[in-house]
Amino acid sequence: MQSSSEYEFLAPGLITEVDHLRTGLPSSIKLPDTLEIFRNLKNAKRFAIDIGGSLTKIAYYSLVSHRKVNYEAEKDNAPNEENFTYALSEGARLHFVKFETKYIADCLDFIRSNLVNSKESMSGKSIKATGGGSHKYASLIAEKLGLSVDKEDEMECLIKGCNFLLRNISDEAFVYHRHGNPEYEFQTATPNIFPYLLVNVGSGVSIMKVESEDSYERIGGTATGGGTFWGLGSLITKAKGFDELLQLAERGDHRNADMLVKDIYGGDYKKLGLPADLIASSFGKVCPKRETGGAQYTDADLARSLLFTISNDIGHIASLYAMMHKLNKIYFGGYFLRNHPLSMHTVSFSINYWSRGTVQCQFLRHEGYLGAIGAFLKGAEECDSDKYSWLENYAGSSGLQKSADSGAAPFGQLELDRWESPLRFCPLLKDPANYIPDTVDLNADQEARDYWLACFEESVNKYIERAVASQPYSTTREERAKQLKEKYVSRLHHLKEHPFAFGNLTVRSLLDTIEHCLREFDFPDPFLVQKQLENECAIALLKEWLKELDALSEKERRKELVVSVLAGNMFDWGAKEVATMLESQTFGFEQARENIPDRPWLVDCLDEWLERLEGEPHKKAAIFIDNSGVDVVLGILPFTRWLCSRGTKVILCANSAPALNDVTYSELLVVLKQAAAIDPILAKALHNNDLVAMQQGQVGPCLDLSRLPRDLAEELKTVDLLVIEGMGRAVHTNLNSEFTCESLKLAVIKNRWLAQKLGGQMFAVICKYEKGNT
Amino acid sequence: MGKISKKTMTKLRRSPVSYFRDTKNEDILFTAMPWFGMDIGGTLTKLVYFEPHNYTFEADDVEAEVLMNIRKYLTKNSAYGATGHRDIHLQMDNVMVNGRKGTLHFIRFPTSEMHNFIELAKSKGMAKLVTSVCATGGGAFKFEDTFRQEVNVKLEKRDELDSLIQGMLFADTNNSHECYYWSDPKEEDSCHKMTYDFSQPYPFLVVNIGSGVSVLAVYGPNDYKRVSGTSLGGGTFLGLCCLLTGCNSFEEAIELATLGDNKSVDKLIKDIYGGDYERFGLPGDLVASSFLGVFSFGQMALKERRDAVSREDLARATLVTITNNIGSIARMCALNEKINRVVFVGNFLRVNPISMRLLAYAMDFWSNGTLKALFLEHEGYFGAIGSLLASDDRV
Repeated sequence: MQSSSEYEFLAPGLITEVDHLRTGLPSSIKLPDTLEIFRNLKNAKRFAIDIGGSLTKIAYYSLVSHRKVNYEAEKDNAPNEENFTYALSEGARLHFVKFETKYIADCLDFIRSNLVNSKESMSGKSIKATGGGSHKYASLIAEKLGLSVDKEDEMECLIKGCNFLLRNISDEAFVYHRHGNPEYEFQTATPNIFPYLLVNVGSGVSIMKVESEDSYERIGGTATGGGTFWGLGSLITKAKGFDELLQLAERGDHRNADMLVKDIYGGDYKKLGLPADLIASSFGKVCPKRETGGAQYTDADLARSLLFTISNDIGHIASLYAMMHKLNKIYFGGYFLRNHPLSMHTVSFSINYWSRGTVQCQFLRHEGYLGAIGAFLKGAEECDSDKYSWLENYAGSSGLQKSADSGAAPFGQLELDRWESPLRFCPLLKDPANYIPDTVDLNADQEARDYWLACFEESVNKYIERAVASQPYSTTREERAKQLKEKYVSRLHHLKEHPFAFGNLTVRSLLDTIEHCLREFDFPDPFLVQKQLENECAIALLKEWLKELDALSEKERRKELVVSVLAGNMFDWGAKEVATMLESQTFGFEQARENIPDRPWLVDCLDEWLERLEGEPHKKAAIFIDNSGVDVVLGILPFTRWLCSRGTKVILCANSAPALNDVTYSELLVVLKQAAAIDPILAKALHNNDLVAMQQGQVGPCLDLSRLPRDLAEELKTVDLLVIEGMGRAVHTNLNSEFTCESLKLAVIKNRWLAQKLGGQMFAVICKYEKGNT
Repeated sequence: MGKISKKTMTKLRRSPVSYFRDTKNEDILFTAMPWFGMDIGGTLTKLVYFEPHNYTFEADDVEAEVLMNIRKYLTKNSAYGATGHRDIHLQMDNVMVNGRKGTLHFIRFPTSEMHNFIELAKSKGMAKLVTSVCATGGGAFKFEDTFRQEVNVKLEKRDELDSLIQGMLFADTNNSHECYYWSDPKEEDSCHKMTYDFSQPYPFLVVNIGSGVSVLAVYGPNDYKRVSGTSLGGGTFLGLCCLLTGCNSFEEAIELATLGDNKSVDKLIKDIYGGDYERFGLPGDLVASSFLGVFSFGQMALKERRDAVSREDLARATLVTITNNIGSIARMCALNEKINRVVFVGNFLRVNPISMRLLAYAMDFWSNGTLKALFLEHEGYFGAIGSLLASDDRV
């Protein structure tokens, strides 16, 4: 407490929802299919709960086992599933389940009866609890789960949760434009999230200034919040409950109840810059009938007027606090907004109006989970931000819904997978704060959205076929594949209506979603056989190919090395049209080279690159590689070998987990070993650590340079040449990214639509060299 | 002195100007008598009438007779029609307006009754007499055409904020008890009004609470800016009270509020924390106080509480909610502008000591005594006074 002025709104904010808790504990409400909702409960390790008046959020931590196929190099017989060895990899996962508080007793019962593995180990432990209902339900929780209840300060939990989301979750924050395209303008991740103002709108409103991970201050609030909307709304309309009030407000016309500027002035009041439709006096037309001759208004009109009154006021007061503390960013949380378009629009309008555009109002995709996340994080060493980072699991999360959507699921889920390293921005980005990985924003570009959603739906059968084929001895593969297909297709359909549900809709997020789903349904690596086969075929050709290259003149060789990388990049099972060609089995490196179009290419900086090579060799290059087989072995390795022979150190960055036929880190190690056995230059470079392999830290075949493993980010600091290869990493993402060092982006566009969209033809070539600048 | 020939009257009446200075003899001639200043707000119209002293007319002058009649009608009555009122207690005697000594009369009526006012003006023969009336407020724009067509009167539009500030300064200068504050605003028994010396006013913040609210920062007589405002004002209080209690007037709403208690409507801090609020550093007596921050209408989500609540309590809760909200905004504006004196005006404060005391308490408490809430006796009439004074400063 700094001064007595702190008292003012401290109390209203501290408890946000307690006053709406009904007496009596409901227990007879039947749950929907709970198994689907409380996933992996049997392995739950720790719990936290955030109980609000209308919604409760339960958080738990579990270890999820996934099968991983071992990629083994030395095999006598041809690779097939029979002689694969699987390893179990345990990954940590955070689960958040949101449900209506009226289900609380049932949910607790369900959890208790399903804590199969951990019932014993849970006894004597505690559950962190926050939210207005934590006091009221403490004994119920203790009794049902056999856990003692640790109550945590609500504001502290909210802030912890907010920091966690802003740091870990892509596209967490968005600016809302009700009539804009896109409607949801997601904010790019920024290396520094502080300082900001967090406005929590519960029953009352509390306003916190957050300056760092550990320092925040309650600076104020107001008593006029969600509770006022609910309470007054219940008095002046017939609506029963909060959501009904919101629905009423959706169809009302506030102009029948509010006095507008034009009602007083007859039009705009230009001198003060007050537009005719601005509300001058909320409810100002609802004066005594005797005096007005009876204003005509309906319940819906009143509900809308009330929603505007409260939302405008919250925005106004929040903007005054922001200006007072010289902050330009406000995040909103709490049960009042719940992604309701009209409320978000009004709050945004008000903040923009009163701050004259100097303060920006942002909302959070997971605002409902702030408290539960924060409570869970309290003392959770599983979440140490120095050691780990977290990734939204698109397969297990339900995404953002508009609260006005009727029949919105009463349950919501968020699942986060732990990544065993903190993630960092690529240090070579020219403007990290404004870095956007994705080339096309499918939220804003409807044509592109329609194309890609249809394209992914069409290709789903190919993925499924390959997934099924990858496990010929499994008895459950058909059933799992069917579920996988249903899940993915229904997700595509959901995204068609709600492109904003998981942040910016991009080709990258669609590809990542496939990988999440494949893993979730235990198809850990459908392309394993294919990858191994292709790697081995390519390795067999490597020696001869290197000899051919060595026979060329230096000038021709330099050019040929680039063309080879491009030709190798044709071997991409992720591209629908190429996959068909590859299936013909007669498609080889030569055919690929023939398919590379004549120059000039769509983006053609080959001459600049060759000219650059006349100069000093690079000190250290990082190459983000793409496909297995011909691509890595006959394209990337000769290029790498040449760089090494010039005295350039090389880091080959491969995907951490399987994604399509991309070469993974563990596969790359095997390939390098095999290549070293063939070629002394590569062998020497490997031996001297002048050539190393590292993990990219990506889930799918695209590249988000704001989320690199810390050790890679550290290594990249001394890199003076960045090579990014392939459609996923250099076209779908990073095509327009700028760097502080030299960069070379090489890719063949194996999608007719995309090639045309970018102004080229099928197999258009991107060869983009940039000198980079600071 | 004071005799105006018929010829001069006729000449002057053609002019849109309500008076002019005769450069030859330095005497001030008047036309367009009587003098009115009008502030047409969203809910109320405020009318200031200046009655000059020592003024006689030639007995046979028909127009003079009309003037006398109007004066008589306005000054002998305190109610006009069903909804017009003259605030006798606010009357200002022996004030100088544009060089003339006289009495200022303060009249108000609902803006929705404008057509009746115009009819009355017609019936009293005003249309024959006056060519222009100084007016401010939104209605000066909105009713411009109506006045011209119905009574052949031109509304001389005066700047709203100029008029407000000039009116405030005029009232304070001419009335030694104009400005006051509430001492001990929290205590029912010891609380009382105290005169405040506002002769060195700058800088100050004006919070004008009419149907809506405007907040101005004033640094000098002609140096001010509108810094904020809110649509949650007197109109919101009255509108919500009508919906919640079925009351029929502002006065009735205030009476209900006076008898009510917001504790059964709002959620108080002690309702939430029981006795356990020491942890949050809140002294018990503050928590017990109905002046403290609450969740407005926080108990009303429950049907059984709604069924049990009284009209009086609802009116009180509405009043407290609106007032506290205005107080918050005013306090932050004062802090942002680094101004310590906050003058609350506007008709929302009429017959409304509850709000004034709440505001006084809030300003003092949240600022550790650095902010001072000030009030003016002529609450809502400053725009009208100012428009009368600013008659030579047309917009």
